[in-house]
Amino acid sequence: MNSVVIVAISIAYLLLLFLIASWAEKRTTIKRSLVANPYVYALSLAIFCTAWTFYGSVGRTITNGIEFLTVYIGPTMLMPLWWVVFRKLIRISKVQRITNLADFVSARYGRSRALGVLVTLLCVVGLVPYISIQIKAIGSSIDILTAQEVAQTSAFWQDNVLYLVVFLGVFTMLFGTRRLEAHERHEGLVAAIAFESLFKLVAFLAVGLFVTFGVFDGFDDIAQRAAQHPPLQSLFVMDTNETSSWFWHCLVSGLAIMFLPRQFQVAIVENTRENHLRKAIWLFPLYLLAINLFVIPIAFGGYLTFGDSVKADHYVLALPIYFKQEGLALLTYLGGFSAATSMIIVECTALTIMVSNNLVLPLLVGSPKWLNKFGGDMGQWIINMRRVSVALLLLLAYFYYKFVSDRYSLVSVGMVSFAAVAQLAPAVFGGLFWKQGAAKGTFWGLIAGWAVWFYTLIVPSMANAGFLPVQWLESGPWGIAWLHPEHLFGLTYLDNVSHGIFWSLLVNIGCYVGGSLLANRSAQEQNQATLFVDVFAYSEVYESSVVWKGKALVTDLQSLLGNFLGTTRAERLLNLYAKRNNINLKNRYADPRIVNYAEKILSGAIGTASARLVVASVAKEEKITVEEVIDILKTSRELQLFNEELRKKSEALEKLTDQLQTANEQLQRMDQQKDDFLSTVTHEIRTPLTSIRMLSEIVQDNPDLEEEQRDHFLGTIIKESDRLMRLVNEVLDLERFDSGRIAFHEDVFEITEAISSALDSVLHLAKEKNVQIQNHFEGDLTPIKADRDRLVQVYINLVSNAIKYCYPDMGVIKIKTTQDSEFLTTTVTDNGAGIEAEFLPLIFDKFYQAKKRSSQKPTGSGLGLAITKKIIELYEGEISAQSSPNLYTTFTFKIPMKSLSTAAQIDQQI
Amino acid sequence: MRNNAKILIVDDEPNILMSLEFLMKKEGYKVFIARDGEEALEIIKEHTPDLILLDIMMPKVDGYQVCSYVKLQSEYEHTKVVFMSAKSKEADLQKGYDLGADLYISKPFSTRDLMGKINALVAEEA
Repeated sequence: MNSVVIVAISIAYLLLLFLIASWAEKRTTIKRSLVANPYVYALSLAIFCTAWTFYGSVGRTITNGIEFLTVYIGPTMLMPLWWVVFRKLIRISKVQRITNLADFVSARYGRSRALGVLVTLLCVVGLVPYISIQIKAIGSSIDILTAQEVAQTSAFWQDNVLYLVVFLGVFTMLFGTRRLEAHERHEGLVAAIAFESLFKLVAFLAVGLFVTFGVFDGFDDIAQRAAQHPPLQSLFVMDTNETSSWFWHCLVSGLAIMFLPRQFQVAIVENTRENHLRKAIWLFPLYLLAINLFVIPIAFGGYLTFGDSVKADHYVLALPIYFKQEGLALLTYLGGFSAATSMIIVECTALTIMVSNNLVLPLLVGSPKWLNKFGGDMGQWIINMRRVSVALLLLLAYFYYKFVSDRYSLVSVGMVSFAAVAQLAPAVFGGLFWKQGAAKGTFWGLIAGWAVWFYTLIVPSMANAGFLPVQWLESGPWGIAWLHPEHLFGLTYLDNVSHGIFWSLLVNIGCYVGGSLLANRSAQEQNQATLFVDVFAYSEVYESSVVWKGKALVTDLQSLLGNFLGTTRAERLLNLYAKRNNINLKNRYADPRIVNYAEKILSGAIGTASARLVVASVAKEEKITVEEVIDILKTSRELQLFNEELRKKSEALEKLTDQLQTANEQLQRMDQQKDDFLSTVTHEIRTPLTSIRMLSEIVQDNPDLEEEQRDHFLGTIIKESDRLMRLVNEVLDLERFDSGRIAFHEDVFEITEAISSALDSVLHLAKEKNVQIQNHFEGDLTPIKADRDRLVQVYINLVSNAIKYCYPDMGVIKIKTTQDSEFLTTTVTDNGAGIEAEFLPLIFDKFYQAKKRSSQKPTGSGLGLAITKKIIELYEGEISAQSSPNLYTTFTFKIPMKSLSTAAQIDQQI
Repeated sequence: MRNNAKILIVDDEPNILMSLEFLMKKEGYKVFIARDGEEALEIIKEHTPDLILLDIMMPKVDGYQVCSYVKLQSEYEHTKVVFMSAKSKEADLQKGYDLGADLYISKPFSTRDLMGKINALVAEEA
């Protein structure tokens, strides 16, 4: 077949991919996405199956037996982990706008620039050979089709492969670096990839069916014939040593499918819904099973057909050609081509994003010169830079294929690449599930892991290829046996790949764990660790709970976003976010949430570390230390306390209002009492006045009155006049007590004499009601010095008060007085109506009368007890009352003797 | 009829009671006396007086209650009620008349004036 025709067909196939990709992108813009379903998602994951699968599986079957299956068994066995690991990775990447593995590691470990650079470099180094074997597969398949000897010695401009690679580069540039997106999702690319996955499966199944049922007579036929060939037979007997290498190969394949950049791209970044994982978890292993179904029949068929005359790697394509099936051969070629191109396109896209966001931009955005030069339109600049990096990566892979790959064995290039990316496992798993995991540990783990990887897996190839002395592989470097790159520390029973994986992962994990445990982590690192490990707890509130301190102008942020994403898009994004979160963009300084949001948008476009740098360049931010985070928490606590204080104060105010109200009520009550007092006094004055007037008129109008009756009437007039006079005196007394102008007259007398005098005055009252009075005295009868009339008044008031409340004919009043060197004490107890407890504290108030019904006649002026209290207090004594309704009522007063012997203080009063 | 008229005097002030009793008896009326509202109600039920001289502020049952007891029952429709009280504000008078009192006299009062009004009320009844 003419090579020009083949190249033309290849290019036609690529044009078909263009159409599919463009169609998918158009569908995306009209919101009817082709790729947002689990089937396309599962198919895109099948990018795992490269030309290495398409051609290499058959080849490896001939050399290593069914060991090739480890590459598919490993991922299948680790598939249940996906639900835990991938779901978390997807969530974190969405929340944190992470677009590649280097960014993930960098962001997780405190937005470390160094880690981003390290992971990027090592991925590039680990994967360029892998890309190159894809190119090589394309090259050899064209050679087989054109029946040429595999000739890589021709000048590269004569090489058809170069033109195909250029075409691939253009495709990648168009669909992988189309725009500067905040999420780096490429639906056109995914649609093309899914199509390719389907295409390569169909092609491989077609060859398998042809060989199994066209050339041979089904599986049984092939198996029976193969059984007659001892070399084939021996391939299916497993060596005991092989079991451990199976383990390591399965493990590294299972890890690689999680950490290959292209897998991260399709599984994490391009994921549209977390739930798609559910279907993919069983659809993808099914795909792996289908594509491996005919590997052994083709391998046997090829061996039975060609023996050793054709390379086993070429059986898949050589068989249709040998049996003159041109159409099938072309389909097979395109199948292999699709397997290779899909890998190249996506791997280049993923690596380019890594290189741009984690290698180039972090170095450039830190330089003010660069910012000044390209500050206006960084977005376009970045896209161009990415296109250049795609070209450079492809060229690197091409030249590796052209000038390096042929110099030493490529059998295990795939596995060696897998081992390289598997070094990311400790950092990623730790980052997802272990908060203690630290940047320092990650850094040293990766460095050490990759050093061992290089020494155990690359150095032997280099020695074989003649770059290093071959003796190294015989007796170890400089004759040191335990440094032998394939048998470190005398570990001999593992094959070289297992050996390399074992040592590199062991050292890696050791350094990662050890370094993490010893590291002092910054607050930034601890914050990120928490946000990553607890993503399912924080993802809901992450946008609203921002711990960021500083000032940034809204306009600065707008122009910054505009520089990278274009002014209109930047404006639209910011307005949308502000609207959703009720933030006013008109303010001069940006809300911390806006700053945070801008940084995240930029993270998606230019990587976490770079975004951190550019945002820091426009924001005057202050570093947040662990102490400050605690401070922020404390501040909110203080705010809480402040609120508490406010609440207390308002409570106090309420109390004060209550007190004011009480005082007001008291004033009103006092006012009322005054009114009551006045009407009481009026009543008390009018009653005797009425009697006096009536009796005077009677005496005047009735000159013929009997003498006895006239005397009685006149005597009553006199008594009523006395009553009037007493009342007037009481009112005046009280007024004097209130104003402090009361006159005391010093007398020396015995208290019993004063009591007797008082009882004489109230005797008529007692007799009227037939109340019994008992009088007792105890103690020494030393004469006292006091105003006698006042003390008599005290006794009169207390006893007459008791009489007032006694029931007629059954009242008893008991007066008990004791006098010793310290106190004069008197109790007056009666068995009258008693006083309600609630009124007890009020009875000594002036104007107070124990009456509830205003219309009932008050018994007295209501001044007696008030005056009594004032007198006792002037002698520094105390008076109190105990009572309850229908029980005894007792008034007790106590006057210190010193007040009654020297009256100095009373003199002052006068 | 005039001399047969039954007059009830109610007051807790013994001297006032004594004076009024003297005056009414001298005029020839049949006089009953009560020291508080309770006593007054008993006498009213038993003797249905033609006129009651009623103090307001008294222990137990006050003058208002006595007045309302009389004025609400048809069997006492011919019984006149005269309040005599030291409460002499306009509102107090109003309350007395609202309860149906025939006369309200403020203490202290002139006996000559009082007797003139009492005699007129009793004559009205006749």
